[in-house]
This record gives sequence, structure tokens and C-alpha cells, in this order.
Amino acid sequence: MKLHWRRIYAITKKELRDFRRNRFIVATMLMLPLIFVLIPLVGIFSVKGTVLTHLEQTKLGISLLYMLLVPTLVPAALSAYSIVGERDQGTLEPILITPIRRDEFLLGKALAAFMPTIAIAYFVYAIFLAATGLFGQSGVANVIFQSSRLIIQLLYTPLLAGWSIWACIAISSRSSDVRVAQQLSTLASLPPLVVVALFATNAITPTPVLALGFGAILFVINVLGWKLVSGIFNGEKMITGKNNT
Amino acid sequence: MAALKRGPDRLADQSGSVGDKDEEYAIDAVHLTKKIGQRVAFDDLSFQVQYGEVFGFLGPNGAGKTTTVRTLGTLLAPTSGNAQVVGVDLNSHNSVEIRSKISIMPESPGLYNRLSVEENLECFADLYMLKDTKEKISNSLEAVNLTSRKNDLCGTLSKGLRQRVGLARALLNDPKLLFLDEPTSGLDPVAALEVHELIIKLKERGVTIFLTTHRLDEAEKLCDRVAILNTTLKMVGRTKDLEKEMFTKSLTVKTLNEIDSPSGIFDSVDGVTSWEKGSDGSFSLNVTSIESVAPNIARALVEAGCDVVFIGEAHHSLEDVYLEIVGTDGGGIK
Ligand SMILES: Nc1ncnc2c1ncn2[C@@H]1O[C@H](COP(=O)(O)OP(=O)(O)OP(=O)(O)O)[C@@H](O)[C@H]1O
Ligand SMILES: [Mg+2]
Repeated sequence: MKLHWRRIYAITKKELRDFRRNRFIVATMLMLPLIFVLIPLVGIFSVKGTVLTHLEQTKLGISLLYMLLVPTLVPAALSAYSIVGERDQGTLEPILITPIRRDEFLLGKALAAFMPTIAIAYFVYAIFLAATGLFGQSGVANVIFQSSRLIIQLLYTPLLAGWSIWACIAISSRSSDVRVAQQLSTLASLPPLVVVALFATNAITPTPVLALGFGAILFVINVLGWKLVSGIFNGEKMITGKNNT
Repeated sequence: MAALKRGPDRLADQSGSVGDKDEEYAIDAVHLTKKIGQRVAFDDLSFQVQYGEVFGFLGPNGAGKTTTVRTLGTLLAPTSGNAQVVGVDLNSHNSVEIRSKISIMPESPGLYNRLSVEENLECFADLYMLKDTKEKISNSLEAVNLTSRKNDLCGTLSKGLRQRVGLARALLNDPKLLFLDEPTSGLDPVAALEVHELIIKLKERGVTIFLTTHRLDEAEKLCDRVAILNTTLKMVGRTKDLEKEMFTKSLTVKTLNEIDSPSGIFDSVDGVTSWEKGSDGSFSLNVTSIESVAPNIARALVEAGCDVVFIGEAHHSLEDVYLEIVGTDGGGIK
């Protein structure tokens, strides 16, 4: 069936407006990236010399890994709230009685978490690259600007965000309590980072092929995630707290 | 208290409705039942609502009114039974079609507090994929008298104003059938009156309205027909006929001084089927016909030397009907 983008975008738009006017969300969105750009930069400037030891390479890898926490954690915070929060404020029912389909509604929600996340994550990465290029040791810059590392950062930012969003929306649409959703969401957003961590620490050497391959897998998971979450979304349960009998 | 008619009469007007018959119905429910978990929210509802009428859905707390609205509005799937809503079968395949033709104003309006009134409506106008969004929004706002507050954040509005935003939102898609779930609960008398006027205006425009309410004066004033629900349907009928249908004809008799032997007087008059003394000293008589019995009662009283203060037909309001039904049903406390 055809997706109606006007409906999807209506959800995204009202969601973004809501985020912008929510001081707590704005503060979180600004604080988290700040922390996650400072820590890796400190890591980078502590590495000296042009020829890096294995340990130093690992250290740089971990710095980059830090930055991928932005697309993992920021959308988790937003998406955990997305459905159960809507229910708590009594706005889920009015939405569900319009002709919007469940998959459209969820996609609208996902995009609303995705857009600011990506903007912030790339911005943070850009600062990081600029700082490394301008002030970093040449040996450090060589590692940071390695093509497989660039691929991982650029490609995995949206993919990790996607994973995080679908996992957390799934949790949010099955939870009865915002706090529980929030806690579970942080955990659920992390698994793909494990693979990235193996790349970062050179436990698996991140060749471009391997990096792209894992990226493709994440992409498929994201598309399936949307379908899956739309499938398990149960409007009746969200409204009554009980399954249809 | 006048005697309550029992038996099949009570549901006699199930099918009776306003306007022409065998038109397609706005709502046609057949043995509709909904359980939530182990609890039966409503059971075996069969009724029709005709296009263009204001249909009142009355019942005590927990009677199943909201659940009925949610079920007919495709939010909840019925446990058993069938229904057609605006001519479309109620099932999961048709829910998008039904939802585009109806609208519901829920018990609590559910607004985005950080969005302005206009932004809230804009979101829903997009969800309904309306053309002429701006015009539709301003018409809706005008209908509920909110144009001057359109830029206010919903979080800053009073309860009554929020209710009106909810109403404006429900009007956006020009629904054929509008469900209003207790639209005036918590409103001050003037605001409630404004909602009543709006309902009357909508009815004039041909919108079918399904109105749930606790307020019997509201139902009496606005509804062409009402249904009284207490998990099961207790009765359905034209508002003005309910009283006649429910109660046998009865006379109220008041005299200046105590009647020495009421049984001697009342039992001697033909057409009095029973009588009882009220707490205020007046008598309530169930009679076969007001016109033929009242003069005879008057004569008998005068002959017995009583000073008659009042003889008249006892009138029952919708409230009496409601209390009679719901009261005998355990007051809704289940
Ligand atoms: N989510 C739910 N879980 C369990 N039971 C429910 C749920 N929602 C409603 N019920 C039960 O179903 C019955 C009908 O509830 P409903 O809300 O439809 O009543 P109502 O007539 O709208 O009452 P009110 O006048 O208080 O709004 C009640 O017994 C209620 O407790
Ligand atoms: Mg209710």
C-alpha cells in the first residue's frame, strides 16, 4: 500500500516542534554531544609521535567509538518516550482515530528522532575531524582519516541511529511506563556498538569491505525493524493496557 | 413513584427512529460485545442510529459508553457481534475508511501542550490530508469561538478552552458522524451552553451525532433519541416518548387535610389500578386513563368532604426514567 508522506511528515513536524520547545530535550541534545566530542579530543591530543604503537591505534579507535555513542544514545532518549509518552499525555487516542496507518505513524516518529540526531552527530564528527586535521599529530591524522574509519563513522552514524530508534520505539510501544521504557532503551540501543567496538579496538581489522558489509546488514535490519515494529504495534493494548480478547 | 412497565415494552422502540426507515444507518450494531481482559465492558448491544439524528448514549460511570465509542470508532476490536459504521463494516481492513469519515472527541481532549492551538489543528488537518487546510482550520476555530486564541500554546489553556480545541479538531474533516464523549463535562454553564448550541448547529448541517453524557437535561434538550446503557442496553427510544413508554399513567392528588379513608375513596373509583401515599402527604394513583378517571376522583374526594388542592397528571422527566432503570440495576456500582 502507498505511503502518504503528508501524514508521515505531519507527525515528524509536530514532533520536532515539540522537541524544540522542550527545554529538557534541548539541553540533553546539546550536552551529550559536547561531552562526546571533548573526551575523544582529549584522547587524540594525548597521543604523540608520527609512528603509532598498536596501543595508541586502539586508543584512537576508542575515541572514534565514543563519537558513535551520539547517534546511539540521543535517539534512544527521544524514541523511548515516543509512544508511551504520547499515551501518557492522552494524545495517542486522537492520533489513532485519524486515518493515519500504523506504519506511517511510526515512520513519522522515527524520522523525528532521526533528523536531529544525524545533524548533531555529523556536526560533532566534523568538529572532531577539523580539530584533528588542524592540530593533531600527523600519525594521528593518518589513522583518523583512514578510509575504513571514515566509512565507519559516516555510514554507521545513520545506521546505528536507525537501530537505536526502532529498538526503542518497539520498547516504547510495549511499555506501560515511561521510566521503564527509558531504562530498557539505553540497553537495547547498544548491541550493534559491540561490533563497532571490535573494529575500533582492531580486534577485527576494519577493512572497507568488512565495514561496508556490516553496514549493509545494519541497513537491512533497519528496514525490517520498521516493518517489525509496525507489526507488533498494538493500538488496542496501548489504549486499554490489555490485549484484544 | 409510579409503576414501571416491565417486559417487552421496555425495548419496544428498539427500531423506532427519527425520519424515514430503511435508509442506510449511520450506525448499525448487532449483538456487539466487548471484553477488556476479563471484564465485560458492554454486552450484546443492538441498536441503530439514523443519519442526521442526535443520539444520546446515557449510562452511569463504568457503563461502557467510552468503550462503545472506541469500538465503533475502530480503536478497539469488538469481542463478538457486528456493526456497520457510516455504511462500512466494522473490521480491521476497513478501519482507515471508517476513520476518514467519522471523528471522535474523546473524554479528555489530548492536545500537544507545547504546540499552539493552530499548530495542533494543522497536524490533524495533514493527517486527514485536507485540501484548503488554512480555511478548514479557521472555520473550525470559528465554530468553537477560538479564533482569537489560535496562537496560544495549548498548555496554557483552561479546561474549557482545551475542550473546545478538541471539538475544533473533531470538526476539521467534516465528519458524517461525530462521536462526542461527554463534551460538556467540567465546563461552566455558559461554556456548556455554547457546546449545546454548536451541537444544534451541527445537527442542522446534517451531521449525525453520537453523544455520550451523564447529564440528563443535556440529553433531553439535544437528543432525538437516547439509549440507556448499563453494560447491556436497557432501553432505546425517542426522548419524548420514553416517559410514556416507561411509566403507566398516573395522577398526583393533594388535599388540604388528611384523607380519613383513602382506600374507601380511591378503590371505589373505576380505572384506578393502584395507589400509594407519598412522603409529602400527597397520593400517587396509577390509572388506566387520565381523562376518564381524574374527574371521578375529584368528585369522590369532594363527596367525601376533602378540600382538593391539586389533581394532575404526574410528569416524569428523563431523569425519572434514567433513575428507574439505572437505579433498579444497582446504581451502576458493579
Ligand atoms: N483499560 C481497561 N482495562 C480494564 N477495564 C476497563 C478498561 N477500560 C474500561 N474498562 C472497564 O470497562 C467498563 C466500561 O468502561 P467505560 O470507560 O467504557 O465506561 P464509561 O461508561 O465511559 O464510564 P464513565 O462515565 O466513567 O466515563 C468499566 O467497568 C471499566 O472498568
Ligand atoms: Mg467514559
